[in-house]
Amino acid sequence: MVNGVFEWERPLIELENRIKELQAFTKEKGIDFSEELATLERKADRLRAEIFSNLTPWQRVQLARHPRRPTTLDYINMICTDFIELSGDRCVRNDEAMVGGIALLDGIPVTIIGPQKGRDTKENIRRNFGLPHPEGYRKALRLMIQAEKFGRPIVTLIDVVGAYPGIEAEQRGQGVAIAENIRRMSFLRVPIVCVITGEGGSGGALAIGVGDRVLMMENAWYSVISPEMCAEILWKDTSRAPEAAAVLKIGAQDLLELGVIDEVIPEPLGGAHRDRELAAQRLKEAVVRHLRELLPLSGDELVRRRLEKYRRMGRVAQVTEERLQAVSESPRD
Amino acid sequence: MPVFKDLFRSKSRYATVKPAQGDGEPARTQAARPKEVPDGLWVKCPGCQNILYQRELARNLKVCARCGHHFHVGAVERLSQLLDSLDTFEEWDADLRTVNPLGFPGYEEKLARMQAQTGLSEAVVTGEGRLDKHPVAIGVLDFSFFSGSMGSVVGEKLTRLFERALERRIPVIVVSGGGGGARMQEGILSLMQMAKTSQAVERFGESRQPYISVLTNPTMGGVYASFASLGDYILAEPGALIGFAGPRIVERTIRQSLPSGFQTSEFALKNGMVDMIVERKDLRPTLARILRLHRA
Repeated sequence: MVNGVFEWERPLIELENRIKELQAFTKEKGIDFSEELATLERKADRLRAEIFSNLTPWQRVQLARHPRRPTTLDYINMICTDFIELSGDRCVRNDEAMVGGIALLDGIPVTIIGPQKGRDTKENIRRNFGLPHPEGYRKALRLMIQAEKFGRPIVTLIDVVGAYPGIEAEQRGQGVAIAENIRRMSFLRVPIVCVITGEGGSGGALAIGVGDRVLMMENAWYSVISPEMCAEILWKDTSRAPEAAAVLKIGAQDLLELGVIDEVIPEPLGGAHRDRELAAQRLKEAVVRHLRELLPLSGDELVRRRLEKYRRMGRVAQVTEERLQAVSESPRD
Repeated sequence: MPVFKDLFRSKSRYATVKPAQGDGEPARTQAARPKEVPDGLWVKCPGCQNILYQRELARNLKVCARCGHHFHVGAVERLSQLLDSLDTFEEWDADLRTVNPLGFPGYEEKLARMQAQTGLSEAVVTGEGRLDKHPVAIGVLDFSFFSGSMGSVVGEKLTRLFERALERRIPVIVVSGGGGGARMQEGILSLMQMAKTSQAVERFGESRQPYISVLTNPTMGGVYASFASLGDYILAEPGALIGFAGPRIVERTIRQSLPSGFQTSEFALKNGMVDMIVERKDLRPTLARILRLHRA
């Protein structure tokens, strides 16, 4: 990728730039290029449809990682009012790779939480590239328990490559923190809506991803392992990540079909970064709709349904006694 | 007759998934032979490099008499070490079989190979047995089967273990005998087993019976970051690798070599992540003592 442009979208971006230049020129010189512009626009529309309507799993992964893709705080600022950020796990420190706070969402008071990637190098260093330590997950849990106390629904926005793999993270119990979050979230007596907005990296995503509804942006990915690591394990070659992205079935549509998520939120053509306001508007519409469905339910009912939903997850086969018998009696090849 | 005997009964029992071509050796009756201990009379200890006599090692619960290195123990052998007798063990959900939900390339073949090599149908054996004459629900992960990783069947069997233990109001012991984490080949469904099993652990709490989690080498990734971390009591065998991220990934991320003893049981104890380290010879008595205290 060069300057935020992928090789496979380059022809379109170049065409779009030419259209912009021509528009500027028209304005500046007062010469009428409307016919030429119309032709170029038609061509651009065709190209957009061609490139963006048949994205491969790997191209979607690339879009999910786009440097201009809205981050958690970007979305919070676009969809909420009166956001008040809250800090710290009350134990070790304030992990800036995880943000959270209280806000109004379409008039509903919510606790809203999510990992936060940096928007430039400096911020990325401060935020550890959005890779939380255990104290980040514990901060998230603290805020969720507070939400339950005040009967406030919880919204989590998930965009995380994974829980940070470091010495201190292990010392402070990364595995334990994730397990505790999963356990506690499962039994919270308030509505929980989770949205995978970008990357959903394994346990680090699930630790804030157990909800009554789990939604996914169209180009987000959510997987037990990153495509790169999968490629390394399978073929000892990270450059084959595009193949791994396909076999792992990590796209929103795949997860909907596997029954792991409840809805795919359509993104603006070509990815959320191409029209951030529109992406945020669609995200907000979906989250609010699900929240309003969940709000009338009692705490008991929410937990009962949530557990029922996760109880069904997974695919197994059952061999009957007769089948076992038949197998043991039939001659082997 | 205890259903457990079926493990040894028929060599075709695990043939429901067709073995890969040329790999048609039937499931062996000698279940769960750890990789570290190859056939033959002698074995080299990875701890002290001494040559050990196999039979001696087996008699010593697969612990090196010289340096205390704990070798891998298969699920069946572990059950025989911990329970009053294998005859008291009734296996649960032995009829659950793994499918290939993602159509992941090579998964069926690898499963068939694992089944042939280990004589197990999946990476966990669950059921009810007697310890100190009292019933316990017990699950043992076997490292020799897919590194003891958790896919749908492992998640389902463990979930049912906790559910039945809740119904019967009996304690649960899970030996995470080698957690290879969440199994990659079942993708996101493996990740969801972390949620499912963690929820089952919490619901089991209604029984007011204890859940003892025993961590053995290695307990990592999604296994560690779910049910294995949620025991009322967490015991660890000495020298086991315990952690979330694999040591090689940590090393690559921080770009420096790891301190010695990183992610061992001793490291976990020092950092407050486990209750105690228990040598294998003391494991059964320790479990018995905790359970006795709960009955008092």
